[in-house]
Amino acid sequence: MAEKIATRASYGKALVELGAENPDIVVLDADLSGSTQTKKFADVYPDRFFNAGIAEANMMGMAAGLAVSGKTVFASSFAMFASGRAYEIIRNSIGYPQANVKICASHAGVTVGEDGASHQCIEDLSLMRGIPGMVVLNPADDVSARALIKAAAAYKGPVYVRLGRAAVPVVYEEGTAFEIGKAKRVKEGKDACIIATGIMLDKAMQAADILAAEGIEVRIVDMHTIKPLDKEEVLAAAKECGCIVTAEEHSVIGGLGSAVAEAVCGEAPCKVKMIGVQDVFGQSGKPDELLKLYGMTAEDIAEAVRSMKCK
Amino acid sequence: METVQLQKIAQTVRQDIIREVYHAGSGHPGGSLSAADLMTALYFSEMNVDPADPAKKGRDRFVLSKGHAAPALYACLAERGFFPVSKLVTLRKLGSSLQGHPSMTLLPGVEMSTGSLGQGISAAVGMALAGRLDNDPGRIYTMLGDGELQEGMVWEAAMAAGHYKLDNLCAIVDHNGLQIDGRNEDVMNVMPIGEKFAVFGWNVLEIDGHDFEQILDAFDMAKKCKGMPTVIVAETVKGKGVSFMENNAGWHGKAPNEEQAKQAMAELGGEL
Repeated sequence: MAEKIATRASYGKALVELGAENPDIVVLDADLSGSTQTKKFADVYPDRFFNAGIAEANMMGMAAGLAVSGKTVFASSFAMFASGRAYEIIRNSIGYPQANVKICASHAGVTVGEDGASHQCIEDLSLMRGIPGMVVLNPADDVSARALIKAAAAYKGPVYVRLGRAAVPVVYEEGTAFEIGKAKRVKEGKDACIIATGIMLDKAMQAADILAAEGIEVRIVDMHTIKPLDKEEVLAAAKECGCIVTAEEHSVIGGLGSAVAEAVCGEAPCKVKMIGVQDVFGQSGKPDELLKLYGMTAEDIAEAVRSMKCK
Repeated sequence: METVQLQKIAQTVRQDIIREVYHAGSGHPGGSLSAADLMTALYFSEMNVDPADPAKKGRDRFVLSKGHAAPALYACLAERGFFPVSKLVTLRKLGSSLQGHPSMTLLPGVEMSTGSLGQGISAAVGMALAGRLDNDPGRIYTMLGDGELQEGMVWEAAMAAGHYKLDNLCAIVDHNGLQIDGRNEDVMNVMPIGEKFAVFGWNVLEIDGHDFEQILDAFDMAKKCKGMPTVIVAETVKGKGVSFMENNAGWHGKAPNEEQAKQAMAELGGEL
């Protein structure tokens, strides 16, 4: 059994390392530093950490002001409040002036669990993807999260990074390299392609095992960058595998599934089935119970592949 | 600089505002005219800025939180030498760097993109925090409208500035009493303004926003105040300097026609 680490913990670790490498890194939080793990940075670099209190809108505005003053700013809260409450500030004060702010939002998706629908953000990828020039990242595990957070720090401009609450299996070998905008083909296969993002990559890999036992060899692509989308990899999937199943812990409206469908429809039309939350609000429950309830298990992905009969 | 000279420059800035908005065919003359004296004082006396090097280290920075007063900001920047005055008539035209609301990526001298109310003061708080981290001598100025104070985010920012004791930050409230739908007190009462900032930990100064001696004194007192941010609540007249625009909410966001523009320019001692 693989080791399990929450991507928010990876974030906390990466921040401390970044703080040592770059004195211009500044971190903001909105009274959730223990949960988002920015406290790790605050403990080591208290002078470069600012708590905005429970005021996400102002936190994003302050982040913009620090960024236009030359700082590389990381601003964190739960995905719901970071991307939802502060949306228009991100759009106008960070996106429009291309401010160098990294919005690292934890507790995304239904696997927040017991807190229920008010805290289960399933719209953030959609909201952030719509902002011109915004880079949107959704790492799958500890290794990719740390690598992509470092890539985000090195990138000049606004970035949204989606992080999870729950511990998830480590998928990649330590030291695996990641590049913003370049998807990772995790498994070869030509019968169908599962394009997964975030914690759904692990489910996709389990689905591949289920399908392999039935003689179906699927390709798996980790779409850790939702924007800019690796269109080349998506089109290759469409052309070489014939059909695509997308898997995201997000609404099927506006997220990965939508991005993939947008990419294929004009150039390589193929069937696309979307695994994700089907236009409903979540509810309280254990993460695994919720993934099952909303049709987001490995078996659900496998069934989606079977139902497409691409072969 | 002598206040007489500042008055003269402010009059030129007012003429520029009318010319800009007239040529654009839309825009916000009322709140630009009310803020003209305050912004003239900032750009021609108070702030340490260098038009030849807009990004100079250690400069003072101004954030126009009430971004719709862009015509006044552009007029000050042009008259100060950041770009040719002739460019002012391109306001709001396709391809112009003089956007309807200020864009920092398009126009050197604009320190923050604004236009959506309540956001500029937050950015100014972030700039002041950065300035403190870097031991930067530059001060941060931001101007808010009185109607803008209805945005909840303003008070989040005010709380943060008080909490972090940002004495390198000076906010100015252009208190002309009017907003799009009418008088502040009818739309949503914002009074008392000074007391609100005071309880958030700000040094509060109340002045006549058209009296240069009072304006310059207030900036001086703000600089001397340590351990807390300062807010200057400036009593102003919306549309100041143009008789038919003064104290008239109808001129918040409307361009004058040719006849009105000519009359306005005549009253301001200029020609269209």
